[in-house]
Amino acid sequence: MSTPDHVLVVGASAAGLVASEALRRKGYQGRLTVLGAEPHLPYDRPPLSKQVLCGNWQPERARLRQPEMLSTLDAEFVLGDPAAGLDVAARTVHTVSGRELTADAIILATGLRPRTLAGQDGLSGVHVLRTLDDALALRKDLLSCSRVVVVGDGVLGAEITATVRGMGLAVTMAGPQPAPLTYQLGTLVASRLAALHAANGVELRLGSGVVGLSEQDGRVAGVLLETGEVLPADVVVVAFGAAPATEWLAGSGLLCDNGIVCDSRCRAAAGIYAAGDVARWHHETLDVLLRLENRTNATEQAVAVAANILGADQPYVPVPYFWTDQFDAKIHVHGTLPIGADVSVVEGEPEAGRFVAQYRHGGVVTGVLGWNMPKQARLRRQELVAA
Amino acid sequence: MKVTVDQDKCCGAGTCVLLAPDVFDQRDEDGIVVLLDDSPSADLHEIVRETVSVCPGAAISVSE
Repeated sequence: MSTPDHVLVVGASAAGLVASEALRRKGYQGRLTVLGAEPHLPYDRPPLSKQVLCGNWQPERARLRQPEMLSTLDAEFVLGDPAAGLDVAARTVHTVSGRELTADAIILATGLRPRTLAGQDGLSGVHVLRTLDDALALRKDLLSCSRVVVVGDGVLGAEITATVRGMGLAVTMAGPQPAPLTYQLGTLVASRLAALHAANGVELRLGSGVVGLSEQDGRVAGVLLETGEVLPADVVVVAFGAAPATEWLAGSGLLCDNGIVCDSRCRAAAGIYAAGDVARWHHETLDVLLRLENRTNATEQAVAVAANILGADQPYVPVPYFWTDQFDAKIHVHGTLPIGADVSVVEGEPEAGRFVAQYRHGGVVTGVLGWNMPKQARLRRQELVAA
Repeated sequence: MKVTVDQDKCCGAGTCVLLAPDVFDQRDEDGIVVLLDDSPSADLHEIVRETVSVCPGAAISVSE
């Protein structure tokens, strides 16, 4: 397509902001509008479960850019007004407040919504953690509670657990996996994570699904496991996954199936692209539809989308990457770690708390994981066949 | 161009090193960013601006 006169970015978090910056950096001089559901200027989400939750950072420190830097972007930020509908043919977005925004190219970067347990809405003491407001509300509740249960044994649940324990609170982690992040990292590393949490005083109640909550006088009183056991709690954090925020696209004609389905250029329809957690695109090298919920994908995909809007016509073929910090462990993962992969330590010593593990599947190296060895893990990216 | 890094915000991803290895490195012991050149030459300005934008810890800034 020819260079657009107006680009609309739906979503004012990492992907939306970086797409806007990439457009300008690549020379786009037309009108630029960024629509955000939350009232805040763009902020970073990874610190919410760590530095912001524990109080080491004031919320302003999680800002992605200072206001003066945002002003150099020459973009109109429309904040606190969620998108409510999309007319694909007209390329018009309708908002909750009744705005109509029409553009030549639209980038959809609306992110995720946390999954919730049946019966949690309106029950005090129960939290999710996706937004800054979520983090501040949870922190406030934590400061006057005695017993926390985190429902969730993935990255977010494990990080929240570690942070809450670091604040000196009694905390239990509940979830169906045998150890935290077993499905993401494999047994060898997950069992080390379990040992790390246990050594730091976390009570692990894993291997049993959570079926609901118990309440008393409108406040949560416990978490019900499928075994029939009840874990008492006065604060519960529900962090067992999230779904792409696509419900506002129902009826638009866009294909939404575990994310906005896109081609290899991250294009969902003519002039309409998706980036970040919400985008499920065709990864040409891996030859699969892929959706990645991680911080670096949000920005890398945003840069790729900006280039394609300006005519690059390039497939987006990243090496997936994520990191997680829990207690004194900083875990960095490059590539993919398939269930059933052969895992071998290729550098460092697990017993010393520093190592790099290589993941092999189908005869090729698909991923590397660093445990307190970020640089050494990164240097092994070239071993990955998808790179 | 003057580059500054905030080591407290750095998450050790190494994104900056992959993009601009003449300007950034990582410490061997913990992966935290090390600034090799705080006044990179003009031919590196574009890529350094990109590192500012895509750093997953929002730990890099430039003044021009």
